[in-house]
Amino acid sequence: MNVPDDLLYTESHEWIKREGDNIRVGITDHAQAELTDVVYAELPKTDRAVNAKEAIAVVESVKAASDIYAPVKGTVVDANKALESNPALINTDPFGQGWIFVLKIDNADDLKNLKDAAAYKAQIG
Amino acid sequence: MIEAGQKTTPLYEEHVRLGARIIPFGGWLMPVQYSSIVQEHNAVRQDVGMFDISHMGQFILDGPGTRAWLNTMLTNNLDKLEVGTGQYTFLLNESGGIIDDLIAYRVGEEKFLLVVNASRADEDFDWLNRYRPTEIDLKNRSANFGGVAIQGPRVSDLFHVLLGATVELPPRNHIADFVIDGVDVSIARTGYTGEDGVEVFFAASDAVKFWNTVLQEGAVLGVKPCGLGARDTLRLEMCYPLNGSDLSPEHNPIEAGLGFFVDLNKPDFVGREVVAKEKESGPHQKLIPFRMEGKGPPPRPHYPVFAEGERIGEITSGTLSPSLNYGIGMAYVSAPHAKIGTKLEIEIRGQKFPAQIEKKPLYKKS
Repeated sequence: MNVPDDLLYTESHEWIKREGDNIRVGITDHAQAELTDVVYAELPKTDRAVNAKEAIAVVESVKAASDIYAPVKGTVVDANKALESNPALINTDPFGQGWIFVLKIDNADDLKNLKDAAAYKAQIG
Repeated sequence: MIEAGQKTTPLYEEHVRLGARIIPFGGWLMPVQYSSIVQEHNAVRQDVGMFDISHMGQFILDGPGTRAWLNTMLTNNLDKLEVGTGQYTFLLNESGGIIDDLIAYRVGEEKFLLVVNASRADEDFDWLNRYRPTEIDLKNRSANFGGVAIQGPRVSDLFHVLLGATVELPPRNHIADFVIDGVDVSIARTGYTGEDGVEVFFAASDAVKFWNTVLQEGAVLGVKPCGLGARDTLRLEMCYPLNGSDLSPEHNPIEAGLGFFVDLNKPDFVGREVVAKEKESGPHQKLIPFRMEGKGPPPRPHYPVFAEGERIGEITSGTLSPSLNYGIGMAYVSAPHAKIGTKLEIEIRGQKFPAQIEKKPLYKKS
């Protein structure tokens, strides 16, 4: 399973990429493989203020709906509109074109609570 | 890995070896998918797929008077069965509610095989046993049998490979015995996918050998192992009900739109009075198939259903249809709103999405 070293991770299988004051968020390769066949993505509205661990997006496979959580406190500044017509990008390119939203973070220190690649690898075994 | 209290089929180790994702289902640990639900679904619609159905229950009933007595326990008419044929039928409680839906095969003049849902097998057995006259022998053979469903347009080709080019499968709803690669099997031409197909039963000790024979010999035809996920999307496209979701003791076959499998000309069967009344007066609720219109999330069980702003019912089964590529489902709605073509709204996470009541089946072969 692909777990890029330059990303941060959550217990709930989101990946986080730091982009200055913003973070880009998606779900991991492990998570997409568990879901398989992503058929729908519900995206958060931009300008929405969100708390850490708040469910702000939904990814649906054929079988089930799964909540996607904000990794830290912040404001939604972008969401991946390409997923509306092609939700399978989450399966085919989870760390690239399958990104889900971008948050402007309130406090960069909050990122210290997230896992690094080694810790996430240990979590998923 | 194996949780306490969950049963495994004789094919469990094969599923694990094939990389299946395993889930608990009706007290059993079963494969939900091996590769992807969509791929497995398409294998059955286009080629052929094989499902482990060893978790399903098998009862054998035998002895003088079995047919006449069993006909008072089931809704369809066993008198219409020739030896070697089967029918879809219901086991009802006294208030006409559905305990189980099953297939009854007449395998001898007075001998019957019942294939019942895994989650209801113990309850069905106790129910039948409670009513059973002493001269009729009822055996729960579920632990002795393994079974697979092999479904898809290439199933005949597959069995020509397994049985020889001159041997034909039994016709639709017939059951017959064969020997395949030294294994004794009973083959029934039936299934729950809407495709041509068979359900094959064998001794539990032969399960692994038969499973692997089919996968090896069938490789040239593209046979794929398929899990419960694809089984669910395939049956829902055909509007075949799933016990525990679309059928329950709270609903009778008339509400479920399955009166075809209830013979009210029979003088007596458990639940008859209530079902006859229900048919005459018309049910308050009906199970209807629907499709989503436009882009939106897939419908799921328990989502509320609205018509003209009024809440009229709740979804019992829903998914994105892999064949049709839009959301489909079934719901119980109040009878005045149950007409084909009725515009619905499905509430999903607080937002309403348009849908429409459709005719059965939702998927038709082109």
